Amino acid sequence: MAAGDDPPLVRAVGLTLAFGDEVIQRALSFDVRRGEVLAIVGASGCGKSTLLRHLIGLQTPAAGQVLYGEHDLHSCDDEVLATLRRRFGVMFQSGALWSSMTLGENVMLPLRLFTPLNPDQRRQRARWKLALVGLDDAFDLEPSELSGGMRKRAAIARALALDPELLYLDEPSSGLDPFSAARLDRLILNLRRHLGTTVVMVSHSIDSVFAVADRLLFLDDLEKTMTALDAPQTLAAHGPARVREFLHRGAPA
Amino acid sequence: MIDRPAPAIAPAIASAIAPELISWQRADQGWTLRLTGDWRKGATLPTLVNPEPLPPAGSSVRVDAQGLTGWDTETAAHLWALLAPLHHGGVQLDFDRLPEALRAPLTLALPVQSVGAEALPAEPTPPGPVDHLRAWLQDALTTAAFLGEVALSIGRLLRGKAVMRGSDYVRQLDHCGPMSLPIVSLTCFLIGLMLAYMGGAQLQRIGAQSFIADVVTVGVVRELAGLMTGVILAGRIGAAFAAQLATMQSNEEIDALRALGIDPIDYLVLPRLLAMLTVAPLLIAYAALVGVLAGLPPVVGIYGVPAWEYLHKCMSALNWTHLWIGLFKGTMYIVLVALAGCREGLHAGRNAQAVGEATTTAVVKALLWIVVAASASTILFQSLGL
Repeated sequence: MAAGDDPPLVRAVGLTLAFGDEVIQRALSFDVRRGEVLAIVGASGCGKSTLLRHLIGLQTPAAGQVLYGEHDLHSCDDEVLATLRRRFGVMFQSGALWSSMTLGENVMLPLRLFTPLNPDQRRQRARWKLALVGLDDAFDLEPSELSGGMRKRAAIARALALDPELLYLDEPSSGLDPFSAARLDRLILNLRRHLGTTVVMVSHSIDSVFAVADRLLFLDDLEKTMTALDAPQTLAAHGPARVREFLHRGAPA
Repeated sequence: MIDRPAPAIAPAIASAIAPELISWQRADQGWTLRLTGDWRKGATLPTLVNPEPLPPAGSSVRVDAQGLTGWDTETAAHLWALLAPLHHGGVQLDFDRLPEALRAPLTLALPVQSVGAEALPAEPTPPGPVDHLRAWLQDALTTAAFLGEVALSIGRLLRGKAVMRGSDYVRQLDHCGPMSLPIVSLTCFLIGLMLAYMGGAQLQRIGAQSFIADVVTVGVVRELAGLMTGVILAGRIGAAFAAQLATMQSNEEIDALRALGIDPIDYLVLPRLLAMLTVAPLLIAYAALVGVLAGLPPVVGIYGVPAWEYLHKCMSALNWTHLWIGLFKGTMYIVLVALAGCREGLHAGRNAQAVGEATTTAVVKALLWIVVAASASTILFQSLGL
């Protein structure tokens, strides 16, 4: 873990998420600390994935800012935006591998577009990234030939292509069998330990949250705002009633 | 008397038919619903009605089945239909005196309302004409924005800043061009054949068979080759574009591009649009050639015009104006097909159903745009005297 006085990697300030007039979440303010695993949790439809889409700039907030350093992701100019985007990688819920390309090509595309590497170097780098997630043999496979867990790991390899300091993961363990889910949890922890990658993950797998998360951000679907941000164990014991109920799988705590 | 239709059964009559099965009784703090007799399949069940007016919210209704001698799963369903309105009206239902086999499913279907229960989304009001108009306007705005983005993207391409994979362009080129040849050949051959055959039948009446060549050449080169190729590509390529992009959309692949800062218009739309633009004039020229040659068999075989005369007349009927107008219009149709396909695919919803919708809409829109463009360009060229 990094020192606490490090400036935060990302700061959300008074973020309001809305579709048209319908407010999903409001007044979200939190920091992402360097080196931590932050889990965003909440009931289905509470706006977890929507928050993620705001943090990576796919959707514009109705109010508030997403600050990377001193730059607001949603109001900076294109050149700054391009450099900010290099600082994070994203794994989407279904993996979102480009289906018309092999895994190797998936990982190599960002390298080709955003690095000066030559084709041999790109190939070598892509193999390395795939090896990090345990898929070094799958370089020439198409996404459709993979299982769900392999697809998600390949998507992480692609997200790692440009050596980002921050990884956003959308539901890394959803739809996976316990073995694959545990393997993915270990992968997240190993990335953090060995590469120092900060991870922000959306999850509703409580097992996975307890296994990997340093802090947990709870989005309440009734209050329509965040009601807790602390270590999962602390929240399970002393958090607000609804958070405790969530962490105890719906049993009133 | 017997033939007269039975009146709707009023509560009083219902209880008169089978008084022994069900009855409402006032109790101290509400009502008691008393069930008696045999409710099994085959029994004539009374029409179940609630007391009028309904018991107010907060009052209680006890269901008493002590006199019930027989029941089956249907019984619970009947009771549920009767009691659900009361439950939704906030009446406390007391199932304590029901047999376990009835109490369990009823308690499951009519749970005690708890705070924070899931609220179902409100039933949407059916869209009115204003909503349709708004949806149409929204759609038109999206299309306009899309066209603007494509224009910007073309600008980036010309400045060498667009992110486009050459291999994508080549793959699309192959898909749009050579692979379209068989169906374009077949369609345009039949069109030319029919035009010559039908045109010949009319011209023969005034002994002007030898002018069939003019009809076929001008008709095919100037209008039909482009139109038919456009229509075929709308089904073959426009639909494919929409399906590919909509699938990528529902699979978050387009989001993955955007998150990297890759413009999906540059990366996905440009290669498709350029490939269509490249193959369009070639395909249309080919289609026109096939159409004109297809006039030969009927002209020679049925109307007795020598082949060399038909071909010679074709050549003299053909001039540069017809040729470039035909190529221009056809290319315009094909570009519209590509734009409609990409527009629908890129703005599709995020589920599997949306892929189908995008595909259908892309074809319909492409055909509509083609017809509008055909009319507009015909009027334009006519007024220019070309």
